[in-house]
Amino acid sequence: MTPRPAVTTLVLLLSGAVALAGCSGTSKNSAQSNAPAAGSTGAADPNAKIKEGLKITFLPKAVNNPYFTVAQKGSDEAASAIKAELKATGPSEASASSQVTYINTAAQQKQNALVLSANDANAVAPALKTARSQGVKVVTFDSDAAPDARDVFVNQATTQEIATIQVKMIADATGGQGEIAILSATPNATNQNAWIEIMKTELAKPANAGLKLVETAYGNDDDQTSFQKTQGLLQAHPNLKGIISPTTVGVAAAARYLSSSEYKGKVALTGLGTPNQMRDYVKDGTVKSFALWDPSKLGYLAVYAAGALASGQITGAEGEKFKAGDLGDYTLGAKGELVLGPPTEFTASNIDQFNF
Amino acid sequence: MTTVAPSRARRIADLVGRARELGIVVALALVIIPTAFVNPRFVEAQGIRDLLLNASVVAVLAAGQTLVVVTRNVDLSVGSTLGLSAFLTAQTFADHPDTPIVLGLLVGVGVGLVCGVVNGLLVAVGRVPSLVVTLGTLYVFRGVDFALAQGTQINASNLPDELLDLGNGRLFGVPVLVLITLAVVAAAALYLRSYRSGRDLYAIGSNPEAAVLAGIPVPRRVFTAFLLSGAVAGLAGALWVARYGTVDAAAGTGLELQVVAAVVVGGVAIFGGSGTVVGAALGALLLGTIASCLVVLRIPAFWQQAISGALLIGAITVDRLLALRLARELRGRSDHDA
Amino acid sequence: MLERFARWETALVALLVLVAVVGQIRTGGAFLDGGNLFYLGLDIGEVALIALPLTLVVVSGEIDLSVASVLGLSSAVIGELWDAGWTLEAILPTVIVLGAVCGAVNGLLVTRLGLPSLAVTIGTLALYRGLALVVLGDRAVADFPSSFTDFGTTPVPGTWLPWPILLCAVLAVAFAVILHSSSFGRSVYAIGSNEEGARFSGIRVKRVKLTLFVLTGAMSALAGIVYTFRFSSARADNGVGLELAVVAAVLLGGVSIFGGRGTLGGVLAGVLLLGGLRNVLILDDVSTEILTVVTGLLLLVSVLAPALTARVRTSSTGRRSP
Repeated sequence: MTPRPAVTTLVLLLSGAVALAGCSGTSKNSAQSNAPAAGSTGAADPNAKIKEGLKITFLPKAVNNPYFTVAQKGSDEAASAIKAELKATGPSEASASSQVTYINTAAQQKQNALVLSANDANAVAPALKTARSQGVKVVTFDSDAAPDARDVFVNQATTQEIATIQVKMIADATGGQGEIAILSATPNATNQNAWIEIMKTELAKPANAGLKLVETAYGNDDDQTSFQKTQGLLQAHPNLKGIISPTTVGVAAAARYLSSSEYKGKVALTGLGTPNQMRDYVKDGTVKSFALWDPSKLGYLAVYAAGALASGQITGAEGEKFKAGDLGDYTLGAKGELVLGPPTEFTASNIDQFNF
Repeated sequence: MTTVAPSRARRIADLVGRARELGIVVALALVIIPTAFVNPRFVEAQGIRDLLLNASVVAVLAAGQTLVVVTRNVDLSVGSTLGLSAFLTAQTFADHPDTPIVLGLLVGVGVGLVCGVVNGLLVAVGRVPSLVVTLGTLYVFRGVDFALAQGTQINASNLPDELLDLGNGRLFGVPVLVLITLAVVAAAALYLRSYRSGRDLYAIGSNPEAAVLAGIPVPRRVFTAFLLSGAVAGLAGALWVARYGTVDAAAGTGLELQVVAAVVVGGVAIFGGSGTVVGAALGALLLGTIASCLVVLRIPAFWQQAISGALLIGAITVDRLLALRLARELRGRSDHDA
Repeated sequence: MLERFARWETALVALLVLVAVVGQIRTGGAFLDGGNLFYLGLDIGEVALIALPLTLVVVSGEIDLSVASVLGLSSAVIGELWDAGWTLEAILPTVIVLGAVCGAVNGLLVTRLGLPSLAVTIGTLALYRGLALVVLGDRAVADFPSSFTDFGTTPVPGTWLPWPILLCAVLAVAFAVILHSSSFGRSVYAIGSNEEGARFSGIRVKRVKLTLFVLTGAMSALAGIVYTFRFSSARADNGVGLELAVVAAVLLGGVSIFGGRGTLGGVLAGVLLLGGLRNVLILDDVSTEILTVVTGLLLLVSVLAPALTARVRTSSTGRRSP
C-alpha cells in the first residue's frame, strides 16, 4: 500500500478534472458581461389601488438583530395599513448563503413581494432574479442587492448624506483639527465600506484639511473585539482626537469603553447608533452627537413600496410616484432608488424625544 | 499515550506543567516588552488595566473549561451558556432595577448551573461523548436564547448604575472584574490542586478505566466538572453584562473556540490528565495580549487575524517541542514519539 | 456492533422518510416539488462535499475544524486571481492544490509533531481565514462569466438535479469505494479503533492521516469553488461558521467522535436529514429559534439513541466508560 502516491494522484485527478471542466481559457478579459438588463415589465398605473391581501416576506440580514427588530415593527404597521399579510423570517447568522435559502422559499411559496436587506449584494442576485422571474416583486432596504436583481431599493439616506453627516459631526466635536480613526463592522460589510469610501473623499476636501484619517479598524460587530480595537486605536495613535464608528454595535462599545477610561472627554466619538443604546453616553458627555435614521420608518416605507410594486402602481422606473401612508409621497430616483430622508442627528437636547 | 509508570508520569507532567506556565510568562514578556518599547502607552496604568480586563471573561471561562478538559472531556457550549446567562441577567436587571447586584449575579450563575446540569447529565449519566453533547447544547442553548430575546436588545440605560459601575469600578486601582476573575481562577486552582475530588479529575483524565478501578466515582466527578464549568460560564455572562452594557441574543457567539484555544495554549492537555487552571488563565491573557498588541503596533487590519492564527499554532508547536524534550531528558533516554 | 450501527443508519433513513412525508403534508406538496428539491440540493452541496473526506478524518480519530476557512481562502484566491487576469481553467486547479497544501499543513502538524488535531485546526481556522482577508481584504469579486456561474443556478438539463449534487454523487461513490472496499479504507478504520495496534500491524499511520488531511483540504477548496460560483461572489468571509454544520452532519451520520466507527452512507443521510429538515421548517415558516434548537436536539439524539439502546441491550455489563 502506498498512500503518498495515492494522495498525489487523487489531488491531481481532482484538479485535472476541474481543469477539464472548461475547454478554452476563460479570463476576466475574454468574458463579456452578458447579464441581460432586467428592465421593468409593463407600464405603471399610478392610479391603481393597492391590492388587499398581498403576501409579503420580510427578510432581514439576520433575525435576532435589534436594528431589524425595530425595522420590522414599522413594516408590520405598514402591512396592516395596506391589509397585507407580512411574514418575517430569516437566518440566525448574517451570511449570504443562508439568506438565499429564504429567498428561494419566498419564490416557492409564491409570495407577491419580498422585502430584504442583502448580506452580500452579488451573492443574493441569482436567487433574486429567479424569484422575480416567478413573479415575486423584490424590494431591498438598508443594504442593496445588485441593481439588476431587484425592483426598488429603499435607501435610509443617500450614501453621500450618511458619510457627510458623520464627517461633519467629527469635525464639530474635534474642532476640525487632529487625527481621527474609523471603527467599522466586518471588513466585508457592504454598507460600511461604501460609507467609508465617501468619508475618505469628504476628508480629502480642503474644508476638512485639518482632519487626518490615520486608521480603519474592524470590530466585527462584536462587543469584545470592538472594545479591544478601540483600545488599540487609542494606544497606537497618542494624538488621536476622534473616532467615527459607522455601526451600531461598534459605536456603543466604543462609547462604553471611552466613558470608563481616562480618554473620556479627550477623544471625541461619533457614528451611527440608536438613541436607546447611546442615551447614557450622550448624557455623561462621552458622545456629543451621533446620527441614524428611524429603522421602523425604513421598514414602513419598504413595505409600502412592495405593495405599490405588487399592485402595479409603480414598476421601478425613475420618476414614478406613490403615496407611502403616513410618510407622504415618494418619487423613485435613478436605478429604482428611494430615499427615506436625511439621517437624524441626535444630541443631548433631542435624544429624549426618541425611543428606538 | 505514554508507557511510563503513573507516578513518574505525574511528576513529569507536573514539571512540564510548571515549565509551561513559566513559558507563557516568558511569551507574555516577549510580546509586551517590544510593544512597550515601540509604544509606552501599552504598559501605562490604563493599558495594563485594559489588557487584564480584556482577558478576564475568557480567563474565567478557561478556568471552568480546564476542570472539564482535564477529565478528557470538552465543553463547547460555554459561548451559548454565556449568551443565555447574559441575556437573562440583563433582563432581570431591566425588569427589576432594584435587584441587589449580588442577587443579579446569582441569576447568571443559576442559569449557568442549569446549563451545566444538562451537559453533565447527558455526558455522565447518558455516557455519550462530550464533544457531541456540547456541540448539540451549543445549538440548543443559543436557540433558547434567541427565542427568549426575540430580537430585542438591553442597553446601558436600562441597567442599574451599580451594575455598570461593577464593570468599570476599581478597588485599590485594580478593576473589580479582574479581582473577580482572580478569585475564580484561584478557587478553581485550589480545588484542582488540594481537594481530593479535584485531584480525582486528573486521574479520570489520565486513565478512565484505572480511575474506575481505583474506586473514583467517575460519573459523579465528571458531572461536577460540567456543573462547575456551566456555573462559571453563567457568572461570565453576568460579568459580560456589567462590562459591555449592551446585550442581545448574539452575545458570546463563537467564544468557545477562543476558550479552547486559551486552554490549549495554557498547557492543558486536550486529551486530559494534565494542565493547570493558572496556565489556562495565562493562556487567555497571552491570546488577548497578542490581539491587542497587533493593533497597537499598527499591523494592517487585514493581517491581524492571520498573524494571530500563526502565533497560536506557533505557541502550541513550541510548547509541544519543549514538552517532548523535557520528557525525554527526564526519562534519560529517547523514546519514540506518540 | 455492526448491527447496531446499521440500525442507526436505518433510523436516519426512517427519519428522512418521516421528514419528507410530514413536510410534504405540512407544505401542501411544496416539499417534494422539483424546484424545491433543486434548491435543497444546492443548499447542502458544500456541506456534503466537505463531509465526504471529513468522515474519513473522524473515522481515523482526528478532526478538522479549519474546513470552512479553507473554503473561504479558496474563494478569496479565486477572486484575486480572476481580478489579476488569470483564466478560470488555470485558477481552479491552482485553488485545489492550494487547498491540498492547507490540508497538508494541518496533517504535518498533527502527524509529525503529534499535536492534537482539535487544537491545530482551531489555529488554522484562524490562520486560513486570516490569509483570506490578506488576499482579498474588503473587496468582493462578482464578475464571473455566466458559463461558470450557471452551474450553481441551473439544474442538470432535463432534471431537477443541481450540478454540485451530481459532482458530489460521483465523488461520494469514489469515497465510498476508498473507505469501504479498499485496503486504505480498512487501515483508516484500524487506526481509528486502535492506533497502537494499527501501527504494530504495519499500517503507516502518519501517512494515512496525512493523506486524509490533504484530501480534506482539497475537497474544502473544491467546495469553495462551488460556493463562489453558486453565489457568483468571491469574498474573504465566505462560509464563516460552516465547520460546525459539517461536523454536526458527520456526527449525526453516526460516525464516532472517538474514531473507528461510522459509514459514508450514514453521513450522507445525516447531511440530507439536516438539510431536509431545515428546508421543511423554513417552508413551513417555523421560526429560526426552533431551527437552531432542533439541530442541537438531533445531535443529542444521534449520540444518545445508540448509547441508550446499547445500554439496554447489555444492561448489566456496563464495561465502556464515556
